[in-house]
Amino acid sequence: MNIKRFAILGAVFGALLLPATFSAASAEEEISLPKQDWSFSGPFGSYDKASAQRGFQIYKEVCSACHSMKLGYYRELAGIGLSEAQIKAVAAEQTFPTIGDDGQPAERPGTPADHFHSPFPNDKAARAANNGALPPDQTLLTNAREGGADYIYALLTGYEDAPAGVKLGDGMNYNKYFPGHQIGMAAPLSDDRVEYADGTKATLKQEAHDVATFLAYMSNPELETRKRLGLRILMFLAALTCVTYAVKRQIWSDVHH
Amino acid sequence: MVGLHKSEFKNPVINWIDTRLPLFTMMSKEYGVFPTPKNFNYFWNFGALAMVNLVIMIVTGIVLAMNYDPNTGNAFESVERIMRDVNYGWLLRYVHANGASMFFIVVYIHIFRGLYYGSYKKPRELLWMIGVVILLLMMATGFMGYVLPWGQMSYWGATVITNLFSAIPVVGDSIVTLLWGGFSVDNPTLNRFFSLHYLLPFVIVGVVFLHIVALHITGSNNPLGIEPKDKQDTLPFHPYYTIKDSVGICVYLMVFAVLVFFAPGFFGDPANWTPANPLVTPAAIVPEWYFLPFYAILRAVPDKLGGVLMMFGAIAVLFVLPWLDTSPVRSAKFRPIYRLLFWVLIVCCFVLGAVGAHHPEGIWVILGRVCTAYYFLHFLVLLPLLGKFEKTLPLPESISQAVLPAAAE
Repeated sequence: MNIKRFAILGAVFGALLLPATFSAASAEEEISLPKQDWSFSGPFGSYDKASAQRGFQIYKEVCSACHSMKLGYYRELAGIGLSEAQIKAVAAEQTFPTIGDDGQPAERPGTPADHFHSPFPNDKAARAANNGALPPDQTLLTNAREGGADYIYALLTGYEDAPAGVKLGDGMNYNKYFPGHQIGMAAPLSDDRVEYADGTKATLKQEAHDVATFLAYMSNPELETRKRLGLRILMFLAALTCVTYAVKRQIWSDVHH
Repeated sequence: MVGLHKSEFKNPVINWIDTRLPLFTMMSKEYGVFPTPKNFNYFWNFGALAMVNLVIMIVTGIVLAMNYDPNTGNAFESVERIMRDVNYGWLLRYVHANGASMFFIVVYIHIFRGLYYGSYKKPRELLWMIGVVILLLMMATGFMGYVLPWGQMSYWGATVITNLFSAIPVVGDSIVTLLWGGFSVDNPTLNRFFSLHYLLPFVIVGVVFLHIVALHITGSNNPLGIEPKDKQDTLPFHPYYTIKDSVGICVYLMVFAVLVFFAPGFFGDPANWTPANPLVTPAAIVPEWYFLPFYAILRAVPDKLGGVLMMFGAIAVLFVLPWLDTSPVRSAKFRPIYRLLFWVLIVCCFVLGAVGAHHPEGIWVILGRVCTAYYFLHFLVLLPLLGKFEKTLPLPESISQAVLPAAAE
């Protein structure tokens, strides 16, 4: 039969050409990212909650000074293991504008149902405070960058002195993993930048790993549910395929072909 | 009684309905006892798979539309609300987004199966042409659907593709203004794309109906490419092909599930996770993978109008394919040279896909031009000539003889 040859050839072509087809968007920018070992990768992956909580601490103490996370909710912190009381406390640290009973603008404390509080009222204010550069919103950051969490980790650990001959713009910094290498953000993390509540030693690499884990969670809070459901559905489909194939063999057994 | 259908159904309720509206008779005739060649291989699953895929897209799409807001200020956020707030919204969205890729994979295999086994030849020319119409409608629907999340690639893809129409002489600019509903891709564009994205799938349903009607007039082609002669050559559609299609559907769903649950971003572009910004152009504007070969053909021609014509020409040659292929033999099984050319064409299309994904520089420019030229050479020159010069292999007497040579003697 031709099926086998079709299948083999198809597989070969696919294997040869598909990766080239899909990873080729930025051909001129060939910086290979060092791959990290992530708790959430692979079909059985789930978030390392302790790491994500440390990452949230870094977000709170460092990133959130400039970066918004305006599509995420405080209540989503439950997914990295924060209790309801903890989430309420975190949300209540921020105030949000509201209209008071007297009809005048007022402020109220945040609740778990609120989106994360943004550091700046709008993009222009953010640019004005950051030398003209806009700190990107962090909610979907690991999805929005080629390489995902690996890219975040590489960027945070990729600051170094500009090589001889490279002229940096005013207020710019050199980073070997940033496209174009000139980045507005100064190195945000360093050894002992934060003091971890759980006693973990806060090296730069540890911090970068933790905050990348937290950002990956914020980008894909459904990941654990998705993979668990996927495994169950695949097991069901595998069984259904076997049964269907057996019935097919049975029905076709009287046909000579 | 005059005008009433003679129903053979015993159940009184079914009989009562069937005599007045012979739906049951029709279903039984077209999907029950419908004589189908007995020698289909699994490539004949892909029509049914496309049908299943279309239904999945319509069902998930209708529910997504209940939660989506086609306004440039809210579209991106409303999609993210679907992902985070709507119960199983992430599942709906990932099924719909990856369903588009699955749909094109299935339909492309369906089309290449038709090419390999000569399914477009007399008397199935119209059946084939209706299929090409479905492909065009799918492309329009897929393109407009990709604009709706209003990410960076949505916006810039829409800008690039709609601008193609400005290449048309005289009326080009007016057409683009009409498409945009203004003077740039903006809120009116998003509104009309949403409206059309909801409409076109139902147009596809209508054309699919015609596709199936035409199929049931001519009957299916088969891997041997010869018509069934008698009852020995066919099987009733049910249960033989309902069960064989079911096997295919199960396998298809497994592939689909792997994509949705374990690699939902595999076919996506990271740039589309950033909201549309008319002031920031992405480093590379790349269409979805299923348009890449056409995008490569577009860019292979160093002239805008020429490129657009070639791109649409790539589909247009499929329309007239039944008359370009002059060989009386359908199946590539009996056409040694055509079989070789078929595989060259497949490689050519994959290379065009890779070219479409790369910046048009260096080797990619040359590859793009060579493969574009070859694509048209295949359809416009090689196929017409091949029918005259190719020595085809002898065709079997009948399907059952080929299937069971010993019994036929």
